[in-house]
Amino acid sequence: MPIHEEHLIRPENLSTHDDLIIDGIDVSGHWSTFIESRVVTDYNEAIEEEISNLPGGEFIHRCWQCGSCTNSCTVNAVNPEFNPRYWIYLIRMGMESELLRDKDIIWQCVSCNKCTYACPRDVFPEGVMKATAHWLELKGHTPKSPSTIFDEIFTGQVVETGKIEEGRILRSFFKRTGQSLMQDWVITMVQRMIARLPVKMLFALGWGGVFKPRTSQWARARSAINEYIVEKEEDHRQALGLDDLVDLAKQELSPGETRPAD
Amino acid sequence: MPSDKKDFKKVAYYPGCALEGTAHAYDRSTRAVGNALGLELEEVKNWNCCGAMEVKNIDPKIQTYLSSRVMSIAANEMGHDVVMAPCNGCYHNLKKAEFDLQNDAESRSVVERISTKAGHDTYQAGQVETIHALDWIKDEIGEEGLRERTKDALKGLKVANYYGCMYTRPRHIFPEKDQGEGSESSSQPHFMDDLLAAAGAENVDFPLKTACCGGAHTLSDSDTSTLLVTNILKAAEASGAEVIATECPTCHSGLEMHQIRAEKTLGYKSSVKIVYFTQLLGLALGLDEKTVGLHENISDSTGLLREKGIA
Ligand code: SF4
Ligand code: SF4
Ligand code: SF4
Ligand code: SF4
Repeated sequence: MPIHEEHLIRPENLSTHDDLIIDGIDVSGHWSTFIESRVVTDYNEAIEEEISNLPGGEFIHRCWQCGSCTNSCTVNAVNPEFNPRYWIYLIRMGMESELLRDKDIIWQCVSCNKCTYACPRDVFPEGVMKATAHWLELKGHTPKSPSTIFDEIFTGQVVETGKIEEGRILRSFFKRTGQSLMQDWVITMVQRMIARLPVKMLFALGWGGVFKPRTSQWARARSAINEYIVEKEEDHRQALGLDDLVDLAKQELSPGETRPAD
Repeated sequence: MPSDKKDFKKVAYYPGCALEGTAHAYDRSTRAVGNALGLELEEVKNWNCCGAMEVKNIDPKIQTYLSSRVMSIAANEMGHDVVMAPCNGCYHNLKKAEFDLQNDAESRSVVERISTKAGHDTYQAGQVETIHALDWIKDEIGEEGLRERTKDALKGLKVANYYGCMYTRPRHIFPEKDQGEGSESSSQPHFMDDLLAAAGAENVDFPLKTACCGGAHTLSDSDTSTLLVTNILKAAEASGAEVIATECPTCHSGLEMHQIRAEKTLGYKSSVKIVYFTQLLGLALGLDEKTVGLHENISDSTGLLREKGIA
């Protein structure tokens, strides 16, 4: 690891003193603002490997920090804090605490793949963003993002029936994220739909819950996919070292000692 | 990889979930246009969802399997070698599955395993070519063909053509794009512009053709989506467009939904209408507004199109 410390000027690293005299000179007040240096020592060198073991993160090691991803990024244009190049740097350096400062916005990547298009090294930064968001959740650093909740509801429905039903997804999503369906804009949208659509169509959209799109004879595909999912999750746990944690916890018990009953 | 040119006159049609739901108008108008142009669509039997971005996020290989099943049915049960998908998401995912199956042994083995257990033939890379509804019309009818049949019917209509992200990105899953003369461009797509211009429309200079509408988080991060859509609507209006033509159900409903949301949450009201390109082509081919499903859009373009003598 070539870089062992980094100085970043942040508001909390700036300090002014109301009453400070150094070598007989009064350095109080704003004219003499101090920048406190911040030294990073707590590297977690496992992060890069953990993320590269998750789907999408495979090619993070190729990054040469050109910044084209951030430069082309859709979300960066509306939120300058959203910085894929920087996060890739932090991950590769193992600067976990620094990465965690941005943990609540990484999931906001909209998967537009502008970064993938621009990247000269085929890092697939879009995938890295997904893998990182996933990693944050698996490690318990963030709760499941609304996006993950949506993906789960969606995937659940596809695996269950082979198809999705938009109205049902919308209802489940609003319910699981605790949002009201009675928001101003949702009402207006539905009103405009009702004004123009035949009633039959509204039912078809799942608002009435009557039409249930399904792929027939889906049961065998469903169980084959489910079987695969179960195995895959185990892989992810291994990739993140979560299984080791369980083993360690077990080893901590001395021989002969039994676990307390639940 | 320019494969030997396949016949698009008769294709396997993969509508996808959205066209069965909110984008019913796109399904209707696509079928109607095909019909009017003498092209044949045979719907993929007992199809399933392609997996979209959502399943990919949970596990990309399951998404590859889901898409491969659709292609397998088209090829092995129906004997087709072309699958046409009007949804950017479906089109993108089938292409992505094709790429992965061609290049990644692990994807092949996962797909083989799930397919076998599910009891159907495993799709083999190369069995079908997946095309978008734009490729289908552009290739089989072409601009000349449309010009003859539409006689400038869209004359006087100012259109911003919006392609979204999934139609061109990431580039590696679209090996046929950027192949020079006659092929689609991944940075400046123009197939929709070409088709609508051939039908007489006036395409405006619209800089956000391939901008993202934030569709991935349309519900989970609605504020960002609304901002992104607002940028698109503003750019379209600034370039003088009366309508935004779309070629994807998700882009289309994203624009419609956040146009309303922008009005409610940002107080930004825009008058530009959102219409599927197949609806415009259908009208230009003399179909009536019910047949192309104008009444099924949330964004009400009927008044404008009637006033222009198009609907
Ligand atoms: S564009 Fe690619 S190489 Fe450049 S910084 Fe981003 S990920 Fe790294
Ligand atoms: S895919 Fe995500 S990271 Fe890449 S440009 Fe789009 S929003 Fe930014
Ligand atoms: S991309 Fe969308 S419309 Fe297409 S099959 Fe998947 S969910 Fe359905
Ligand atoms: S719906 Fe939005 S995010 Fe999805 S492809 Fe279309 S433009 Fe991109």
